[in-house]
Amino acid sequence: MKLNKNSFFSQFLNFFKRRIVLFFIGSLLVMLIIMLLHQFEILNSYIIQIINVSLVYVILAVSLNLINGFTGQFSIGHMGFAAVGAYTSATITTLLLKITPTSLPNYLVFIIALLLGGCLAGLTGFIIGFPSLRLKGDYLAIMTLGFGEIIRTIFNNINYVGGPRGLLGIPKFSTFPIIFITAILTIIIIRNLVFSTHGRALLSIRENEVASELVGIDTTRYKILAFVIGAFFAGIGGGLLAHLIQIAHPTQFGFMYSILVLIMVYAGGMGSISGSVIAAFVLTFLSEGLRVGLASLSDLIKFPVGDQWRMVIYSLLLIFIMLFRTEGLMGMKELKFLIPEEEDIDGKCS
Amino acid sequence: MDISTILQQIFNGLQLGSIYALIALGYTMVYGIVRLINFAHGDFYMIGAYASYGLFFAIGTLVASSFSGPTAAIILFIIILLGSMISGGTIALLANQFAYKPLRNKPRLSSLITAIGVSMFLEYFLSALPVVGPSYRGFPELIKKTTYNFGPAIVSNFVLLDLGVAAILMIFLTVLVRYTKIGKAMRAVSQDKDAAKLMGINIESVIATTFLIGGSFAGVAGLLAGLTYPRIYPYMGILPGLKAFIAAVLGGIGNIPGAVLGSYIMGIAETFATAVNSLIGEGIAFAILIVVLLFRPQGLLGEKVADKI
Repeated sequence: MKLNKNSFFSQFLNFFKRRIVLFFIGSLLVMLIIMLLHQFEILNSYIIQIINVSLVYVILAVSLNLINGFTGQFSIGHMGFAAVGAYTSATITTLLLKITPTSLPNYLVFIIALLLGGCLAGLTGFIIGFPSLRLKGDYLAIMTLGFGEIIRTIFNNINYVGGPRGLLGIPKFSTFPIIFITAILTIIIIRNLVFSTHGRALLSIRENEVASELVGIDTTRYKILAFVIGAFFAGIGGGLLAHLIQIAHPTQFGFMYSILVLIMVYAGGMGSISGSVIAAFVLTFLSEGLRVGLASLSDLIKFPVGDQWRMVIYSLLLIFIMLFRTEGLMGMKELKFLIPEEEDIDGKCS
Repeated sequence: MDISTILQQIFNGLQLGSIYALIALGYTMVYGIVRLINFAHGDFYMIGAYASYGLFFAIGTLVASSFSGPTAAIILFIIILLGSMISGGTIALLANQFAYKPLRNKPRLSSLITAIGVSMFLEYFLSALPVVGPSYRGFPELIKKTTYNFGPAIVSNFVLLDLGVAAILMIFLTVLVRYTKIGKAMRAVSQDKDAAKLMGINIESVIATTFLIGGSFAGVAGLLAGLTYPRIYPYMGILPGLKAFIAAVLGGIGNIPGAVLGSYIMGIAETFATAVNSLIGEGIAFAILIVVLLFRPQGLLGEKVADKI
């Protein structure tokens, strides 16, 4: 009996019984189903494109949630990191590849470019985080906003990457499977981080910074850790976005878009990965729905209804979420498949 | 840079600083009392500019026909000034009433997010309204521009107007805060909200008054900015709002003389930096912010407050 329990086969089976593994396999199945549906043209390319954009926003929102929701640091310049990732990876795949063509397959170049973009974004996160994490709350918010704008202004003024025209002609390397798998990996990595010892430290900083410092947590180190990891994934998200819509433009990473990601985090619930995922999907689809809806409305009443109404509805949504459901859709709860089995012993999760 | 350019830039900086100061005063007062960075404050400024614009086209010809010569211009200016104050103040009051007041006892960051929401709402609502629209509009010439030679520099009457209006409003605010009952109540609430409540001060009405004053000052700043830099659009409030906030932080947030000092430093620094290079001009505000927060987070005139555990 004992032998049997420790046998390779039962360990192998146990591995597949773990929720997170099941989650990974399940999401791969979902991916295959969506691809099949696309193959048989039940889902057209338009829907696939919206799903792609949603998945990029999942990456951005989950990574921002690590900083804002789990660590309690109020960062509102997330798109600045995404811009670093986008421009870095796009420079590699678009500009450098033209000068020095390699024999490497495209997807490998793309993955390397994405990772480099992510690393550079992480480095930016470190450079920004190091001085500004001595600040708290409101001040940190303004500081991150300022840095986000500075990063955008810098790209606006570098002629090599197109300046205010933007970087055009980026190859469309971001295909549905690549984006999907990256998003799933992001969710799993951040989930594993949050439920680890380090994650506990991050949560304690959110709950009470002074108290967590008193029990011996190096708060500055952990805050920078959260910032760097959040920025890394934002960079990867930015890279995917640039290769999805085939342009990297400074306005695409403006303050407005940082706020959009922020709305997703708050609407989904601060400190809930599943909340961020749901909110990213719901809001992206809502946004597209509104675009279509407003266009048909203006056809109907024979009067132009501006696209700005979409943003009016968005901002009202943000205000109403804050007024009537401050904790967001999911609060701090997670869907069950993201909670490790060990957490069930207490019968509750963080 | 020779001496005349330097003098000229100082005047330009003072002019810009006056506009920042009027915005920063509202920021700093609201922050001092409710500890909220009111992101929508820059949009009250935008509302002021649009209200003046609308008011000019509504009553401009009427006033011009019923009065003659310079009196007409003065009366029109005063009416529009009051109009910009009322519109900015009203919007600020409404924002306080509907968006910030219900969140008073919730975590502070949720009011900050709501403020971002209010800011977005005002910007996009105005640009979505067909009568306003998202495009740039030229601001009408309320007052003829005349220039005077001041030593080697040239000073226009707009510089004097901006400085004068800002100075009058600052004196008004100082008197209000120092010598009136509501001013005393404001100072009390900013020092200790709970104790002020126990002393029988109606906190909500003090907060509403603060929003009203702050909003009306921002509205005036909008009018002055429209006159000085005659181009208005719905998103015009974002950057000046941010820079005015930074000016308030530079002076020590919650501190009224500090906000004025910070704004003038900011205005002058920005004009000089822009003269060197426009990119540096864009970034100087954030550079100032970073330096201040790193080396003197309490600001130039602020007092250091220890964290309460």
